[in-house]
Amino acid sequence: MGEIQVETENKKYEPKIAAFLCNWCSYAGADLAGVGRIQYPATIRTIRVPCSGRINPLYVLKAMANGADGVLVSGCHPGDCHYISGNYVARRKFALIKSLLNHVGLEEDRISFSWVSAAEGGRFAEVVKGVTERVSALGPNNGIFKVVDGGAADE
Amino acid sequence: MSQNKIGSVLIVGAGIAGIQAALDLAESGYLVHLVEESSAIGGTMPMLDKTFPTNDCSMCILSPKLVECGRHLNVRTYTNSQVVKTEGEAGNFKVTIKQKARYIDLEKCTGCGACAEACPVKVDDEFNQGLGKRKAAFKQYSQAFPNAYGIDEKNCLYQTRGKAKGKDICLKCVKACQAGAIDHQMEDKEFEVEVGSMILNPGFKIFDASRLDYYGYGKIKSVITSLEFERLLSASGPFDGHLVRPFDQKEPQKIAWIQCVGSRNAKINNNYCSGVCCMYAIKEAVIAKEHSHIPVDTTIFYMDMRTPGKDFEKYYNNAKNNQGVNFIRSRVYEVTEAKDDSGDACIRYSTEDGKICEDQFDLVVLSVGLEPGDSSKELAQMLDLKVNKFGFAELEPLSGVNTSKAGVFAAGAFSGPRDIPETVMQASAAAGAASALLSDERGTLVSEKEYPPELDVVGDVIRTGVFICHCGVNIGGVVDVPSVVEYAKTLPTVAYATDKIYACSQDAQASIKALISEQKLNRIVVSSCSPRTHEPLFQETLKEAGLNAHLFDMANIRDQCSWVHMHEPEKATEKAKDLTKLAIVRASMQQAVQPIFMSMNHTALVIGGGVAGMTSAVSLADQGYEVHLVEKDNALGGVARRFSTGFRGEDMKAFVAGLIDQVSNHPNIKLHVGVGIKDVGGFLGNFTTTLENGEQLAHGVALLTIGGQEYKPKEYLYGQDDRVMTQIEMDEALYNHDPKVDDAKNFVFIQCVGSRSDENPYCSRTCCTKSVKLALKVKKKNPGANVFVLYRDMRTYGYYEEDYEEARRIGIIFVRYSENAKPVVSKEGDTLVVTVTDHVLDRPIEIEADLVCLAAAIKAPADGKKLSKWFKIPLNAEGFFLEAHMKLRPVDFSTDGVFMAGIAHSPKNMEEVIAQAKAAAGRAGVALSKDQVESAGLNAFVNKRKCTACGTCEAVCSAKAVTVDMVNRVAVVNDALCKGCGACASSCRCGAISLRGCTNEQIVEMLNSL
Repeated sequence: MGEIQVETENKKYEPKIAAFLCNWCSYAGADLAGVGRIQYPATIRTIRVPCSGRINPLYVLKAMANGADGVLVSGCHPGDCHYISGNYVARRKFALIKSLLNHVGLEEDRISFSWVSAAEGGRFAEVVKGVTERVSALGPNNGIFKVVDGGAADE
Repeated sequence: MSQNKIGSVLIVGAGIAGIQAALDLAESGYLVHLVEESSAIGGTMPMLDKTFPTNDCSMCILSPKLVECGRHLNVRTYTNSQVVKTEGEAGNFKVTIKQKARYIDLEKCTGCGACAEACPVKVDDEFNQGLGKRKAAFKQYSQAFPNAYGIDEKNCLYQTRGKAKGKDICLKCVKACQAGAIDHQMEDKEFEVEVGSMILNPGFKIFDASRLDYYGYGKIKSVITSLEFERLLSASGPFDGHLVRPFDQKEPQKIAWIQCVGSRNAKINNNYCSGVCCMYAIKEAVIAKEHSHIPVDTTIFYMDMRTPGKDFEKYYNNAKNNQGVNFIRSRVYEVTEAKDDSGDACIRYSTEDGKICEDQFDLVVLSVGLEPGDSSKELAQMLDLKVNKFGFAELEPLSGVNTSKAGVFAAGAFSGPRDIPETVMQASAAAGAASALLSDERGTLVSEKEYPPELDVVGDVIRTGVFICHCGVNIGGVVDVPSVVEYAKTLPTVAYATDKIYACSQDAQASIKALISEQKLNRIVVSSCSPRTHEPLFQETLKEAGLNAHLFDMANIRDQCSWVHMHEPEKATEKAKDLTKLAIVRASMQQAVQPIFMSMNHTALVIGGGVAGMTSAVSLADQGYEVHLVEKDNALGGVARRFSTGFRGEDMKAFVAGLIDQVSNHPNIKLHVGVGIKDVGGFLGNFTTTLENGEQLAHGVALLTIGGQEYKPKEYLYGQDDRVMTQIEMDEALYNHDPKVDDAKNFVFIQCVGSRSDENPYCSRTCCTKSVKLALKVKKKNPGANVFVLYRDMRTYGYYEEDYEEARRIGIIFVRYSENAKPVVSKEGDTLVVTVTDHVLDRPIEIEADLVCLAAAIKAPADGKKLSKWFKIPLNAEGFFLEAHMKLRPVDFSTDGVFMAGIAHSPKNMEEVIAQAKAAAGRAGVALSKDQVESAGLNAFVNKRKCTACGTCEAVCSAKAVTVDMVNRVAVVNDALCKGCGACASSCRCGAISLRGCTNEQIVEMLNSL
């Protein structure tokens, strides 16, 4: 994508948000929002992962570098992790990413972390609304990190 | 018993018990016929919001089982069906099943819901307890299996008005259904199946609260049942989880629960405790507080708080002390409508000291008890099974699951009120029992699917085939599907792209298969609904076409796109394109993944030779497996050797002797008595255990049944005066005619000695019943004796309530004491004096006791820690074994191939120990029945050249699957243990460890293409 779609001057800016959803809780919660026809903004692009613990902090940076306006990471509630403790692993990493982003001067509201269970369709929609609002308020991501070669950050 | 056995089992009732038993049996080589009365499997669990004591979402933990059961090749599910006739004997039954017409063809229905949308008839929705409406064309709940609608003939306009007269009335569903699935001419059918055994779990019904008019149910709108309250809390309930009163949508700020509605009530012949209501009421009160955005005042009116299950007492204490739930010990007289037109209800009640009070609530929830279901009674009658006076099936003593008829087993609430873990345990136990009965026929009727040889696509040019689904109008009505197809055609690697009306239909599968070979496609992407429900279906198609199942990805453009952006077709189309692109990127980088197979040793090791261990050993040996039974003590039997009689009057000495005899003479059991364990190594399929005598045992699974220990009281002069004894000691003294007991006139039983304390913050579960049994024994032997029971809450759950009631009737005196004013036992001269403050009289009373019996706590086994280290299994805070899942995996450890039963899991009575022991044997039998240990193979893998052996992966792995080989200085993944979560891959600093199917390269490339 690279450049952000401030498509026309008078059209409202719509952010694009990379959403990492764990397979067992949040992805299922997102499905349930669909079953319940709970409407939310069409801003997220979902990447399904087995567990929020799978999310390498570099993915978040990579998404930002590629011009995503925001990143949402969502896992199981504490204690509900299908793999026992993956969401705690994710939580630890996330705290670090936040302080790193702060350090390099990127607005921390661009990234969000949430717990959504497989039963919380309504909550999932609320989370997406919240993230969208926060990211929209910040405007397009001007790309703090420009990766010229576009190569894999962790390879 | 029949000589001509049949390797299949009939299961009646597809609630959680039926599903668990079906999966256990189908997985261990038996064909299962699963009969369900309603239009979908699931039973009561899908109706519940959260489950105690973990507050897990009920639907979330159940739905994977629904899918697994629904898709299993060897489970034949018959919905809308009933058993109408049975004949034959154990090993060989003929069963006639009647299936009512569904009027919708399961083969064709895609579950899209167009028929329900079109249907003009609205009726009360039973699933939502009548709080919401459903159509005459309906699906019970969104996650239901079969994922298909059905037509309710009693309410359908065509069925009720048009069909008989030959008039085409309504038929809107027929027009709406693009799949052509609706067939209003469908007829009921009857058919016969042959089975070797039956497992009955028809469930329960809730007590009809309108039978007790003083609670006002049905008259006062703000009085509802606990199941209605579950639906109010549920996110998928009639108010989408908003906690409101059903009649005026007001958010309640003050809610009351009334306990024992229809339970513990001798007047209506329901003199049993339903066992689950105390916990669910506490749970509902806690969740209500969590759920509401305004402060909610919650009060529970109760007689005795009965929280004797594992971790229940902690849950109760937390609700009371931290969550602010009010508990009022009381008797409720009546509930009336508030006079202020608020729609509220008033509860008039008396407190323990006799004061009469009244209080007004926005909502009153009746904690209704469990009764035998209507079909349970019919079933019991048809099979001529023994039932008790309440109408529940009566089980054979100390059998856990056997009904009065050989070859017919029971699970769940069929034989009495039960919570979910007990139900699941019984289901696995019944499956184990059926498997033991039919072990010679294992594998004779099951089928295994055959696939063509897999094409090798390594190095081939990547040709991705993309299929975009319209899902009728579900996707196509919002997303511009043809434009997504055109877009897909422009993307790298895409060789072919097309749309499908229903990508999941049978004909679409056939077409995908044909296109794979015609177009030489070697990667497939389907943009349709959720991979959680449909990925296995498409992967199956890939396998049938000779492609590896993992050369595939799905984009979810329905549940997560068209359904949630219904009013933004353009944006939805953009999103659908992006999601499809992401899936194409992932699929194009996907490599074939082979399942991993490891050898399976078909021998079991049982550690602990008490009743649990011996029962497990016999069950496994009967299933045809070799068993090593290890007991460190010099004799088998465990603590049960010290018991004289069981809770239902069974002769325990004879029972234990019988079990010892069985394990000693069984050809499949090898005993190792008087020897402990030195070391354990290995994993599922390949364990090696070294005994203290140096002998090495190879085994595929392990069952840990090491029992517990009796608390040695430090209080109440125990150990200082021999007239103060524990329950087990008193039982022995009675059996041996010890004059201390035989000559005593005044007996005092003190409950909760070492239980429900700071040191042991749990309830020992069995002691209330045990004390009542002992009290009855001495009182009946000597009616002139004065017998006192000093208690905190009498927890005679289930049918033991009758004993409690009898005890009070024949003059045993029950005195409640509070936690803060414990009784005092002192000695005046040679006289034992027990002083206790009576709550009703509000003053201390002194009892001169000849014998004081202490209900000493049951404590965790001393060897738990050692086993925990050896088998890498967790213990809870009190040292009891921690199961993989409190509700649905009550005998499995999270470590595969290791199982538990008995007191080492948590305190329980003998009958429960036996059921759990059989369940553990049933679960272990499932694992042992496999020729090999298989894992999907979506595991972590290591690039040795990049690894620096830092050990981070080992530290984060909760499955203990990664270890660092310090000789070669490289991390090694044990494929048998890896669960594929990827925590190691995301933590590796040098990118050396990654996850198959979800590699760093794939995700980074997906992000690059955003």
